[in-house]
Amino acid sequence: MSEKATRAAYGEALAELGAVNSKVVALDADLAHATMTVTFKNAYPDRHFNAGIAEANMVGMAAGMATMGLVPFCSTFAMFGAGRAYEQVRNSVAYPHLNVKLAMSHAGVSVGEDGGSHQCVEDLALMRAIPGMTVICPADANETRRAVFAAAELDGPVYLRLARLASPVFEDEQPFTIGKANVLREGSDVAVFATGLMVSESLAAAKLLEAQGVSAAVINVHTIKPLDAECVAAYARKCGKVVTVEEHSVIGGLGDAVADALLGKVDCAFHKIGVQDRFGQSGKAKAVLEEYGLTAPQIAEGIRSVL
Amino acid sequence: MNTAELKRFCTAVRRDIINMTANAGSGHPGGSLSAVELMSAIFCTKMRINPKNPQDPGRDRFVLSKGHAAPCYYGVLAELGYFDKSAFESFRQLHGMLQGHPDMKKIPGVDASTGSLGQGVSIAAGMALAAKHQGQDVKVYTILGDGECQEGQVWEAFMAASHYKLDNLTVVVDNNGLQIDGSNDEVMSLGDLAAKLRAFGFQTVEVADGNDLEQVLAALDAPAAAGQPRAILAHTCKGKGVSYMENQVGWHGKAPNEEQRQQALQELEG
Repeated sequence: MSEKATRAAYGEALAELGAVNSKVVALDADLAHATMTVTFKNAYPDRHFNAGIAEANMVGMAAGMATMGLVPFCSTFAMFGAGRAYEQVRNSVAYPHLNVKLAMSHAGVSVGEDGGSHQCVEDLALMRAIPGMTVICPADANETRRAVFAAAELDGPVYLRLARLASPVFEDEQPFTIGKANVLREGSDVAVFATGLMVSESLAAAKLLEAQGVSAAVINVHTIKPLDAECVAAYARKCGKVVTVEEHSVIGGLGDAVADALLGKVDCAFHKIGVQDRFGQSGKAKAVLEEYGLTAPQIAEGIRSVL
Repeated sequence: MNTAELKRFCTAVRRDIINMTANAGSGHPGGSLSAVELMSAIFCTKMRINPKNPQDPGRDRFVLSKGHAAPCYYGVLAELGYFDKSAFESFRQLHGMLQGHPDMKKIPGVDASTGSLGQGVSIAAGMALAAKHQGQDVKVYTILGDGECQEGQVWEAFMAASHYKLDNLTVVVDNNGLQIDGSNDEVMSLGDLAAKLRAFGFQTVEVADGNDLEQVLAALDAPAAAGQPRAILAHTCKGKGVSYMENQVGWHGKAPNEEQRQQALQELEG
């Protein structure tokens, strides 16, 4: 299976989108070579605007540009885009429901060496709490491309969560509709709802469990908001046991979104796998993922805990 | 609009401010009254706008970065005919069109939602940059408070305005010297704002009395320098035009009661 980072796919998709939509512009905060908006910049140098190391102003300028009919894609690290500039996203972009796309890379602990200061594990919680914000976390490079095009089609603010780490490119035929989860693997014993890089890990975990006679359904929840509550409830009912897997704090992210959809509606066992109310830390990305319990064998073990 | 007409326009806006805040029993009269000449002069003499077509894509843009001066903004828009003055009744009321701070989704003529201080200059810079990028002859005006200049984002935006040579952007600082907790110098000294604006690359004009229409018009009419954003640092009087409010920090965010309203309206006859 080939590997590619979702941030790399984002840069390519944005350049591709730029060719068919002249209103698309990119803004970056001195991280174009990391967020990969540099790919767009190379294709359209006059449509790429660097804000310098000033994320608050970048988001504000994007808001102003959106009022003029442009479709700005804003990028920096998730920590700074969703974290530092949170209130600009909330008040300048989302409060007037402006057509700004916030494509933030280096989300989660798979950032690796840079350490906890740069590993944002709270962005889904922050963005999900904002009224009218669409929150998408693509599972792989192919899905990232489809998410970029879908985000551009949607009139309103969209948060796109991207990763630094090269990860398996595992699916090519799935449809992509914002708000519609994709069932990647059928199963009857337990429903595993995963997002982002944890989708491929969860598929691998399901394979490990299969060898142990456990039938796990794996559902790719690429859109955290609006959540596909119908699909979540259907698979929770079908399996009676639910596990959520995310490279994000277990507070406020996918796990809580799924719990909200089920609480009081479906009676089922429930377990959240994610970063357990901790900050990240330095290390090789894969070693850090293992430290936080986010590899396939650890996920399989977590799933077994509800069986 | 000649200067005499503009003076009458300003008086009408001042009365609107008093009526709106008194009706609502809340709001920010002080910083609204200080900005009346600045905002009225921009809207009535500089901006290419059509109140009958508030969404005209080719219009000039205005961003009230000091969004708490909403009563002044709403007064100016209503006097220009963007909406009927009966809307004043809705100021700060549940389901009302005239929200406590400007809301572009609800109010005709409002180009940006503002109120959280420090964010408006960035939005205005983004508008000016987009206009240039798209080859549109659109001028962008923004008014911010002096206390608001304590926000770091303001200086990020100033840097960007200069970097991107936004000579279609005019930043007006309503320098009334007071903020909620006291004078600027008591709360957080701003130092030499004119020198700072110049150092950030702005063609900077200082207006000794920003409540004097002739001086404001002269500053707005001063020839712009190509490739440079423009700043007007206007020294104003908080609460201007209402004797008991002038230079009183207590009137930043307090509404006049009925007796005070009548006194203010009497003083503003004219």
